[in-house]
Amino acid sequence: MNRESMTILHHERIAKDTYQLVLKGKLVDQIEDPGQFVHLLIDGFYLRRPVSIADYDKSSGTVTLLYKVLGEGTKALTRKSVGEQLDVLGPGGQGFPLKSIQTQRALIIGGGIGIPPLYSLAKHLHNQGVTIISVLGFQSMDDAFLVDEFEKFGEVYITTDDGSLGRKGLVTDPLSELEGTFDTYFTCGPTPMLKAVSERLSDIPGYISMEERMGCGIGACFACVVESPDKKGYRRICCDGPVFRSEEVVLS
Amino acid sequence: MNLSVNLPGLSLKNPVMPASGCFGFGKEFAQFYDLEELGAVIMKAATGSQRFGNATPRVAETASGMLNAIGLQNPGVDQIITDEVPFLKERQVPIIANVAGSTVEEYVTVTGKISEHVDAIELNISCPNVKEGGVQFGTDATLAAEVTAEVVSASHVPVYVKLSPNVTDIVEMAQAVESAGASGLSMVNTLTGMRINPKTRKPIIANGTGGLSGAAIKPISIRMIHQVYQAVDLPIIGMGGIESADDVIEYLLAGANAVAIGSANFKNPFICKEIIDELPETLEKYGFSKIDDVIGGAHIEKDPTHLLRS
Ligand SMILES: Cc1cc2nc3c(=O)[nH]c(=O)nc-3n(C[C@H](O)[C@H](O)[C@H](O)COP(=O)(O)OP(=O)(O)OC[C@H]3O[C@@H](n4cnc5c(N)ncnc54)[C@H](O)[C@@H]3O)c2cc1C
Ligand SMILES: Cc1cc2nc3c(=O)[nH]c(=O)nc-3n(C[C@H](O)[C@H](O)[C@H](O)COP(=O)(O)O)c2cc1C
Ligand code: FES
Repeated sequence: MNRESMTILHHERIAKDTYQLVLKGKLVDQIEDPGQFVHLLIDGFYLRRPVSIADYDKSSGTVTLLYKVLGEGTKALTRKSVGEQLDVLGPGGQGFPLKSIQTQRALIIGGGIGIPPLYSLAKHLHNQGVTIISVLGFQSMDDAFLVDEFEKFGEVYITTDDGSLGRKGLVTDPLSELEGTFDTYFTCGPTPMLKAVSERLSDIPGYISMEERMGCGIGACFACVVESPDKKGYRRICCDGPVFRSEEVVLS
Repeated sequence: MNLSVNLPGLSLKNPVMPASGCFGFGKEFAQFYDLEELGAVIMKAATGSQRFGNATPRVAETASGMLNAIGLQNPGVDQIITDEVPFLKERQVPIIANVAGSTVEEYVTVTGKISEHVDAIELNISCPNVKEGGVQFGTDATLAAEVTAEVVSASHVPVYVKLSPNVTDIVEMAQAVESAGASGLSMVNTLTGMRINPKTRKPIIANGTGGLSGAAIKPISIRMIHQVYQAVDLPIIGMGGIESADDVIEYLLAGANAVAIGSANFKNPFICKEIIDELPETLEKYGFSKIDDVIGGAHIEKDPTHLLRS
């Protein structure tokens, strides 16, 4: 992990309130697995903002982030232009452990702005010859992004809250008809969604990627803990995660 | 330039150290720079047994600062001694243990154990984020004196009492712990605050209230140190919102003998090292040739020499 002033190569709106940001810098070299994140310092804000690495390319030294405007910090971020510098700390956390994951048929379940880290994962798994089925959930059609990209990797099911794209409902809805078609699942999204997914698929190996408000983002402050069922009793999302095996954490 | 400072139990190569709770037990920051560059390391709070802390969210951003309610999560004093202290001991850097508890007995037990392994104790009677103890001891002068006296007698090393700013009269608190035998003061801990999310109509932090830290609290801490410096005869470790070498000078001028940097480590993990590197130049900029000349300087500056420096 390092702190670097990265250069903005590309910055574009790709869906409602959703932006793609491409940064160039040396810390890309340190990325180990999809699902890791970077911690962005935005001018005028006290705490850094964690954003997942949606894609990266070590040969060109670039990393792609996809973020949604949620509050003042992400709103201010939209005003940064190509050519400007951004103070980045990263890469942080433990991603999806590509080397130890055993899967032939992967189910990817992403909710909204939880989808970006799954893109990089799906790309890697696809390149390894893994069959991929994706379920992507959005609020509505205007919020949808990365759908075409996921379709390149395999079958995609879309759900929206209002039914404006795909079927109306939650990402958990298609799961019953997908039973038996996958051996491992990978999911990222709001905690209630992660809980619903991991409860539905409790007998199948799964990896979940979590979000929590962070202080340091490097494991020192204990702001980002989640309960674990072992003697230690907790995991820090910023450094033990954000990706965990589903049985490693207790979701509430 | 010689940056060294000598305090009870602590011979510091420079006056800068990370503040308790903002630096873990040092391991995470050792990937960024050599911890031996630091004046000392103040460890995260230790309690008698393992604590899991509060529900999340535990932090919230504020204007020029942040709120936190971690709730003293730590593995307990025994595990800190076996698993965390050795890593710091391998390095040439003084170690200060932050001691917390719910009862006087807990403070005494933790101090008795951990003081055999460190250079000084920072007695945390000011944590606003736990239900029992903590800040209760820090807002009542009689209780503060009582726990200080017990801890001082249980400790093998000098005790610095960390004062809470959540009091009407900080001088009264400082005097109470001075007469109870404290070797120094650590000023200040966080100020109790709250933020409410208009969408949920609930406090952002699960605990409700949290402790405010960061640049927002610096003027309050400076004022309190300025007051206490005149009223007690103890060395002071100053903290609250330090983000630059200029801030360090401000603290020393107010009366601090050394400083600790907390939340700024989250913004910039290199902050302590960067400030240490900038200190000589900054001292020179303001016409100082050693740290000792700065300490309490705001109290002795009577002649108009400042005109030459402005
Ligand atoms: C590991 C991780 C990966 C993430 N990846 C992405 C991503 O790829 N794309 C994306 O759009 N968002 C992502 N998020 C969420 C993103 O961090 C928040 O949306 C963002 O911090 C909101 O900042 P703000 O200033 O706009 O909102 P505000 O509400 O004004 O922020 C106030 C404070 O709360 C924190 N905060 C608010 N919401 C969240 C949240 N959901 N998670 C963590 N902190 C929060 C902010 O960081 C800030 O400290 C990720 C979060 C985590 C923990
Ligand atoms: C996340 C966090 C955790 C903290 N934990 C402790 C602690 O365990 N013990 C303690 O005495 N102070 C603790 N503090 C207070 C700091 O040590 C320091 O007194 C305060 O944050 C003011 O300094 P700052 O403005 O530089 O952060 C904590 C502060 C923060 C932000
Ligand atoms: S954010 Fe500080 S430990 Fe995770």
